[in-house]
Amino acid sequence: MTVNMTKGQKISLSKADGGSLTAVRMGLGWKAAPRRGLFGSRTREIDLDASAVLFADKQPVDVVFFRHLTSDDGSVRHTGDNLVGGVGQGGDDESIIVDLSRVPVHVDQIVFTVNSFTGQTFAEVENAFCRLVDETNGQELARYTLTGGGAYTAQIMAKVQRGAAGWSMTAIGTPANGRTFQDLIPAILPAL
Amino acid sequence: MTAELVRGQNHPLPGNRLEIRVSAGTPVVAAVTLGDEAGRVVGDGEWLAHPGAPQLAGVEVPRQAAADHRLAVDLGAMPPDVHRVHVLLALPGAAARPGAPADFGAAPAPRLAVTTPDGSAIAGFTITGLGAETALLAVELYRRQSAWKVRAVGQGYGGGLPALFLDQGVPDPSATAEAIHTAVGREQARSIDLPAPQAGAAAGGTGSVDYRRRDRQDTSGGGTAAGTAGASAGGPGAGSGAAPSGATAPGGPVDYRHPRRRTASAASAAGPVPPPRPASPPTPPPPADAPRVPVAGDAAGRSMEERLYNQVWGMFEDLSRTVAAYRSAADFAESRFEQELDRLLADPRTRGGPAAEAAREAAQGKQAALVDQARAVLDRDLAQLTAEAEAVEPALPPEFAGWENPVWHAYRVPGRLPLAVRLGSLTLPEAPELRIPLLSRLPLERGLWVDSAENRRAAMDAAVAIAARLLACHPVGAFALHALDPAGSGATALAPLHAGGALVLPPPAAGAAGVSDLLTRLTERVDLIQMARRGGAADDLPPGFDTAEQLLIVNEFPYGFDDRSVNQLRYLADEGPSAGVHLLVVADREDASAYGPVLDPLWRALLRLTPLPSDHLADPWVGHAWTYEPPLVPQGSRVLADVLRQLAAARPAYGT
Repeated sequence: MTVNMTKGQKISLSKADGGSLTAVRMGLGWKAAPRRGLFGSRTREIDLDASAVLFADKQPVDVVFFRHLTSDDGSVRHTGDNLVGGVGQGGDDESIIVDLSRVPVHVDQIVFTVNSFTGQTFAEVENAFCRLVDETNGQELARYTLTGGGAYTAQIMAKVQRGAAGWSMTAIGTPANGRTFQDLIPAILPAL
Repeated sequence: MTAELVRGQNHPLPGNRLEIRVSAGTPVVAAVTLGDEAGRVVGDGEWLAHPGAPQLAGVEVPRQAAADHRLAVDLGAMPPDVHRVHVLLALPGAAARPGAPADFGAAPAPRLAVTTPDGSAIAGFTITGLGAETALLAVELYRRQSAWKVRAVGQGYGGGLPALFLDQGVPDPSATAEAIHTAVGREQARSIDLPAPQAGAAAGGTGSVDYRRRDRQDTSGGGTAAGTAGASAGGPGAGSGAAPSGATAPGGPVDYRHPRRRTASAASAAGPVPPPRPASPPTPPPPADAPRVPVAGDAAGRSMEERLYNQVWGMFEDLSRTVAAYRSAADFAESRFEQELDRLLADPRTRGGPAAEAAREAAQGKQAALVDQARAVLDRDLAQLTAEAEAVEPALPPEFAGWENPVWHAYRVPGRLPLAVRLGSLTLPEAPELRIPLLSRLPLERGLWVDSAENRRAAMDAAVAIAARLLACHPVGAFALHALDPAGSGATALAPLHAGGALVLPPPAAGAAGVSDLLTRLTERVDLIQMARRGGAADDLPPGFDTAEQLLIVNEFPYGFDDRSVNQLRYLADEGPSAGVHLLVVADREDASAYGPVLDPLWRALLRLTPLPSDHLADPWVGHAWTYEPPLVPQGSRVLADVLRQLAAARPAYGT
């Protein structure tokens, strides 16, 4: 049973039976918007990159992206770069697996972003979504679909954060500009 | 997700069928008593399950003392007058096994996990704060109205089992306790006769005790007892494939396997020598949130050798990462503390006075709390890795094992090239006891450089230990050693390689002429193989061409080298490995400083090792500085000489 989230919504990641999740996968997918033209159905390849930034007390301490596929502590893993996108509606183009039980004790928030390394804007992207999946059984827990792409090159999609009652997920959905995660840090900070 | 219980806390149980997993880190005896509402043992009928009489209606305990236990419990099968099920742990005592901890204060904190039969954890309880106790009431399952609950008790008894039984109203506590220890002792004595641990200690299903088990089941009666026995036997058996799972169920299928072979565990089935290990039963992979029971070969791979290789590398990565997590948390705590101090000092109002002192202490406390938290996580992971290392180390084949490992005493010249060789051990300061084998694939992809800057003699000894190890793990005739020792200073160190009667090593090339001659021959060899490969005529090498891998030991580089030989050595470092020519350079970089930066690529191409433990090797994931220890032969050990003698003796049989 999945929750369709809206911008700013927060859900708890505790299970219905009182337990909490041990490993989650943040799947990100997108599809190039179809363009009218001579070859009506042709779509462009869109190279978007998913990153996860680990924050401790609002300071970035580690980042997982296509050049650093595993956080130093091994708790956050990127499954690999996808250069074309277009799995579209269903599957994930890139996913980042977070082993919540192994996240270092000082890391309290993990922010997931999608940015375009090649500088393409989200106007060319359709159906960008992020979904959180329970990695242990493949069940989708929450899905957040972005609507209305614009002339920006990055999206701060969502975050998971550690609280007294366990981990929770918040949909952020803030547009930003930047080719890599470093450019995005100023845009992420207000969302923490 | 497990509910982590503290002493006195209770937790509801979702069903009647349960498994209680005990991990104590040291062999303990598990027993169960059944009690009435007041907690006193039920007067009539069966009320005690212990290793000598392991089954009761609805509960079964293991037959031996072991570090890990699984107890199968079916609360639905309990007689109606049973209101409490007590799980007891006792130490078998130093008398049972030399070196065993005398009390729980000297043993690791025991941990119990209550799980469903399919392994999903319900509640966990770590019993801390124990001292001189030798027996303890760990948890109790109790009836509340019609449902069962679990309570974390953790009550220790300094007087051991007799005191515990006295407390529970057992008629003759001392005799009962004595019976348990006798039963445990008998099992232990029996296990010496067996070449390998009894697979599936929790199931307790071994042929030698079959008849007694059947008696027990007949008297304890009822299909329920047989049902739980079957369930508990099926669990471990399913995972190991070696445990005789049918043996415990009465009327089960006849076991046609050879009685002496039934104990072959997964590790001994493929490992060259099955070292007798304390019982660590092969278990099915438990769920992710339950404590994992480490097993040797717990990794992907087609052969045991490959699985062990992958497991060692997996442990290497896990240790790198868990220490990275700890260090980053500690660094963060430190930097946050400093920032908070700076803020306090920057503001004149908070700079002095008692308030400042309090704020400073609060900041310090915050730092300490975070570091403690990180340390606890690190300790948990280190305990897991240490347990895994303890399971893996005895299962290693010689080429993966250190010289001190007994597996070398059973050394046989291998018939084929192993996957990898151990070039030493690696440790991190956070876990100095946890030595990760540094395994390098064979044939070597990179030359080796033993840095002799600190101690020339030790460097040469380390080089000889490594060369002997490489020689020992190649089949006869597949590996040839050369040595360049123009000054003759390494002759003593190289002597072991000559020992054993047959000449293992060609005479060290002495003097500058020898250097040039040997290097030229090896260079020509590399050229020839590369030409043959490029021309697609790898089979057309000249008749009589020696196809063995060549290892060139160079002592005191660059002594005796002229410009031409230095270039040849550089060529060998770059092109040699792919053509089967490997370098083992013993050198002090300072000695070669006259050559200037022209030699930098040479040093970079070689893997730098040190004769004395030194922290200079970086792992490929996080880049920690790991302390490298060379694979030195222990003082006074003859293992190296014995191995070389065997090699020398094997050579004539192959006509080499």
